[in-house]
Amino acid sequence: MSVAKHFSRKYLREEVLPTPFCPGCFNGVVMNAMFKAMEELGIEDLRNFVFVSGIGCSSWIPNPLIRADSLHTLHGRAVAVATGVKLANPRLNVVVIGGDGDLVAIGGNHLLHAARRNMDLLVVMVNNMVYAMTRGQLAPTTPLGFRTATTPYGNFEPPINVAKLLINTNANYVARWCVSNFHKLKQSFKEALSEVSKGFRFIEVVAPCITYVVRYEGKTPGQKIKELREACVEVKSISEIDDVERRGKIAVGVFKKELKPGYVELYESYASRAREASQK
Amino acid sequence: MGCSIVVDSRLCKGCGICVELCPARALELSKELSPSGYRNPVQTGKCVGCRTCEMFCPDFAIAVVCNGKGSA
Amino acid sequence: MVRALLSGNEAVAEGALAAGCNFFAGYPITPSSEIMHYMARELPKRGGSFIQAEDELAAINMVIGASWAGARAMTATSGPGFSLMQEGLGYAIMTETPLVIVNVMRAGPATGQATKAAQGDLMQARWGRHGDQMIPVLAPSSPQEAYDLTIEAFAIAEELRTPVVVLSDEFIAHGREVVELREKVEIPSRRKPRDPSEPPFGSPDPRIAPPMPPLGEGYYVIVTGSTHNEYGYRDVHSFETHFRLVKRLVDKIRLNVDKLFRYEVLGDDDAEVAIVCFGSVSRSAKQALRMLRSRGVRAKLLRLVTLWPMNDEVVRRELRSAKTIVVPEMNLGQLIYDVQRLAREDSRIVAVNKVGGGIPIYPSEIVEAALGGSR
Ligand SMILES: Cc1ncc(C[n+]2csc(CCOP(=O)(O)OP(=O)(O)O)c2C)c(N)n1
Ligand code: SF4
Ligand code: SF4
Ligand SMILES: [Mg+2]
Repeated sequence: MSVAKHFSRKYLREEVLPTPFCPGCFNGVVMNAMFKAMEELGIEDLRNFVFVSGIGCSSWIPNPLIRADSLHTLHGRAVAVATGVKLANPRLNVVVIGGDGDLVAIGGNHLLHAARRNMDLLVVMVNNMVYAMTRGQLAPTTPLGFRTATTPYGNFEPPINVAKLLINTNANYVARWCVSNFHKLKQSFKEALSEVSKGFRFIEVVAPCITYVVRYEGKTPGQKIKELREACVEVKSISEIDDVERRGKIAVGVFKKELKPGYVELYESYASRAREASQK
Repeated sequence: MGCSIVVDSRLCKGCGICVELCPARALELSKELSPSGYRNPVQTGKCVGCRTCEMFCPDFAIAVVCNGKGSA
Repeated sequence: MVRALLSGNEAVAEGALAAGCNFFAGYPITPSSEIMHYMARELPKRGGSFIQAEDELAAINMVIGASWAGARAMTATSGPGFSLMQEGLGYAIMTETPLVIVNVMRAGPATGQATKAAQGDLMQARWGRHGDQMIPVLAPSSPQEAYDLTIEAFAIAEELRTPVVVLSDEFIAHGREVVELREKVEIPSRRKPRDPSEPPFGSPDPRIAPPMPPLGEGYYVIVTGSTHNEYGYRDVHSFETHFRLVKRLVDKIRLNVDKLFRYEVLGDDDAEVAIVCFGSVSRSAKQALRMLRSRGVRAKLLRLVTLWPMNDEVVRRELRSAKTIVVPEMNLGQLIYDVQRLAREDSRIVAVNKVGGGIPIYPSEIVEAALGGSR
């Protein structure tokens, strides 16, 4: 009789477990939501997937943990590398997983332009509110007043609202969930891997760093999940986002869902125009 | 009949998420430490098979088995 | 034989296409942009991918991704862009990613003189990355050579799983000459591992690159720029793993020096006067050689085509007889360090340095330097 194993294990490299993450780190929960979605979509193995990450705790999610091709790239450059992968082999499902610092600070330009191009990528941003790997400095997503290693007197730089920003780009899909919204998050993964499987898809997961946020606040990971259940309010329309945020809550939901052709499709028709022009 | 949890003590880091989130209050952390030095969850009450612990286990260490079957 | 009148930049693009390049990402910058324009026109209709990146950081990293996905990939840039690409190049070295990068040199640092030729990036091409590393650097001195060396660069990149720098300059880039184009160029495809047990990041013989598993074929390859073992697993603590990896990566280039090192020698074997140069300056240097020899001076010219790795033995041998060595460079002195290291101790080494304004080093200046006071 085989001993029952956690459902995520079939997508993981057994030989590198346990994970390198701190006890309670929500990175594993984000993985669970993604793998549950894959399992429900009937994805047996990940041979048609390529995971690309940058540098940071969350960038260790795919590499080497996930049993798939993965590129652990430079800090901030995951989206650019992923773009190259996708264009050179459009058959592959390319998924970027990274941190708020990686994707929005040092790599912010690539994120914006991949969204502008509606590049056929799924980008998962683990918003843990700090630079965790380098021991808890200010991130562009750190809330006001927060104490970090580089804002010891409380952050005074207003944070960036990444998902809201991306709504106004060509991105096909923009969603934000808290790590406590497991089922909704899983549902977004499913949408972004099936229904809306083209163009730029962005899922932000609010998943505060256990070591540099949650423990600093004197809380346990379980308490934080319970707190997030209250703090994260689902909006049905983007017009409600500001209202929710004014009340000091975190607005979550699917903010945008379209089925415009992605970059690959647009490039193909551009290339056929190029061929026609050269035949004349 | 019924459900129970299987814990992989090689992976569990004793974060306690499962214990705190279990709606049935079926779990507790063990008194003694695992070989890797953590307190692992043990089942002390009736499990209703909601799989919350499984979904939120960040270390893929807990599996819920109902009627001899793991998660689909 | 097809002949075409091409600028150095166009010749690079033609060379790349002949070599089977099917992916180009770049960011506009003078004086390299014509390479990108050419690829933008040609690649879409030939089934390749062209993308104008949002910056040079993106360009080099897109090229890296494309190469892993199986493409023959390149980018082209100039000074400021080359600086931005250094971190990406380091990643490509560490992950053994084949790619070709063309740096069309202009006068720097910073924005410097965007439209003016220079040779100030020689040391950057060799040493621009942090950490221990080595990559081949090839320097054309004509559009024909720009064509040939770009093809060569792809062949080296694919065989040794390494980035290769083609170090051109504004004079070559915009000078137009007749280029003989090759009918057919065969560059062997990179080798895949026989099975997943063959390590993609280890090789018993450092001169031979490990096989490269393409993405999407079930190899489940782990690629990382962090120190890793031969199967790609990160190991960021052990001395052995790090030392073994960086040593092998450097040896892969260094121990292949005989294969990689190209140079040209003209003039007298037993020359008293030697001119050592690379790139576009060689053209004035050749004229200077003629002038010297017509005056009865026994002289030779050593033109380095491969600037890295350096074949010390060849350079030492070629400079053995020279009492006077002239090193003309469109910079304030970079190649001269090699000459100082490898020339006879009693030789007189004369630098001719001139950079800016798009003014070349004239043959007469080289001749004057060679003859010095002894005229
Ligand atoms: C060019 C460069 N600058 C700085 C670093 C150091 N560094 C490593 S991870 C990191 C921040 C990571 O933060 P984030 O992306 O939010 O990931 P997290 O660890 O929080 O998941 C930094 C600054 C680096 N590796 N490379
Ligand atoms: S430092 Fe924070 S983000 Fe990093 S592994 Fe620990 S809990 Fe997770
Ligand atoms: S499945 Fe639900 S009831 Fe059972 S132990 Fe886990 S959390 Fe508790
Ligand atoms: Mg972070």
